Amino acid sequence: MIPAAFEYHRPSDIASALATLREFGDEARVVAGGHSLIPMMKLRMASIGHLIDLQDIADLKGIRIDGNTVRIGAMVTQQELIDDAALTRAAPLLRETALQIADPQVRAVGTIGGNVANGDPGNDMPAVMQCLDATFTLTGPSGTRDVKARDFYEAAYVTARADEEILTAVSFTVSGGGHAYEKQKRKIGDYATAAAAVMLQKDGTACSAASIAMTNLSDVPVWSKAAADALVGTACNPADIGSAVAAALADISPTADNRGPVEFKRHVAGVIIRRAIERAWSRA
Amino acid sequence: MKKMQLTLTVNGEAHELLAEPRELLIHVLREKLNLTGPHIGCETSHCGACTVDMNGRSVKSCTVFAAQANGAAITTIEGLGSPGALHPLQEAFREHHGLQCGFCTPGMITRAHRLLQENPNPSEEDIRFGMAGNLCRCTGYQNIVKAILAAAAEMNAVKEAAE
Repeated sequence: MIPAAFEYHRPSDIASALATLREFGDEARVVAGGHSLIPMMKLRMASIGHLIDLQDIADLKGIRIDGNTVRIGAMVTQQELIDDAALTRAAPLLRETALQIADPQVRAVGTIGGNVANGDPGNDMPAVMQCLDATFTLTGPSGTRDVKARDFYEAAYVTARADEEILTAVSFTVSGGGHAYEKQKRKIGDYATAAAAVMLQKDGTACSAASIAMTNLSDVPVWSKAAADALVGTACNPADIGSAVAAALADISPTADNRGPVEFKRHVAGVIIRRAIERAWSRA
Repeated sequence: MKKMQLTLTVNGEAHELLAEPRELLIHVLREKLNLTGPHIGCETSHCGACTVDMNGRSVKSCTVFAAQANGAAITTIEGLGSPGALHPLQEAFREHHGLQCGFCTPGMITRAHRLLQENPNPSEEDIRFGMAGNLCRCTGYQNIVKAILAAAAEMNAVKEAAE
């Protein structure tokens, strides 16, 4: 499978990448790891006149942990997330998630920026970023702006990023507590049938803060405030978790596809959300 | 479309070549450099038959444009051993019957080679997880895992003897 012809650009800084993006408008796309975009180009489902490869832009690399604030450059790969011991100490949810994405070769090139910017409902990091209440930094011709992960996703492949902007970093505040990313997939390399990211904090025997987000159960990632509210103040007993699961299921609208009919997806989602809450609580 | 001048260091040898931006690394390796070890299997980033080492990472060369690899150091199965002097992984795959039809084998061994550098003492579980991007439709994987465990032991013994 050979894609349609395109011109290749490899800028060495963000300013030149933005200039090229602006020059060619709709015909240009940036590429990070390329493992979503290149297959689409090969299938000729994406037609790109100008491909802008971000690999040489040093500003897009690196993981910075400054007190409680974590900032991850968009071009950091899933494997680099897995290998970063300081990041895993600060936010173990990222490593747990990255290990469940695709396979070793794909994780070696797939990036966090591509994963969150693509807007594919099957991508795992968007729900994780919503769970962590992360912020995405977008850089465009008129400067830089921040958008909350919880406000970023509008529909499948439609996000708050404007065409002439590049998502350059994700950042979030470390909250501590227990974490879990639970994912059901048919095989290695598949997207989730259902997945859930959970963060819980414990004060004495009670849950003092909760955050729950889900992957591939709607056309956008779903952060469920109602599910979190159902746990806060409780001891996360089975009945409390049952209420949270019911609240989470009320917030999703899965569609039937080759991973199963809607009823099946709702069933799997219920099991996955429950497991994620239980595991996060056991670590809180 | 205008061709680009690319420099690739493949199996230690520098190559200058011309390629269209849309040419995939697997096609350049196979058709321009005549390195037919890396195979084209699924062409959809799933099977791992096209796995090569690029700048110290295992990648699926069907999902990398040659232009993205410009300046990179690449190792293919041809760089790991020769018919008269097999790499310990090649020897172990032969010894443990880690292949039947052989189509996935170059990708398997190239990936296993990188895995053993990432983790020289893998458990069986580590190997299954680390090889999850490579599919085999013949062996049922048992003998591939055995071969990689045996190669790891052999490579560690050689390293220890040298020290």
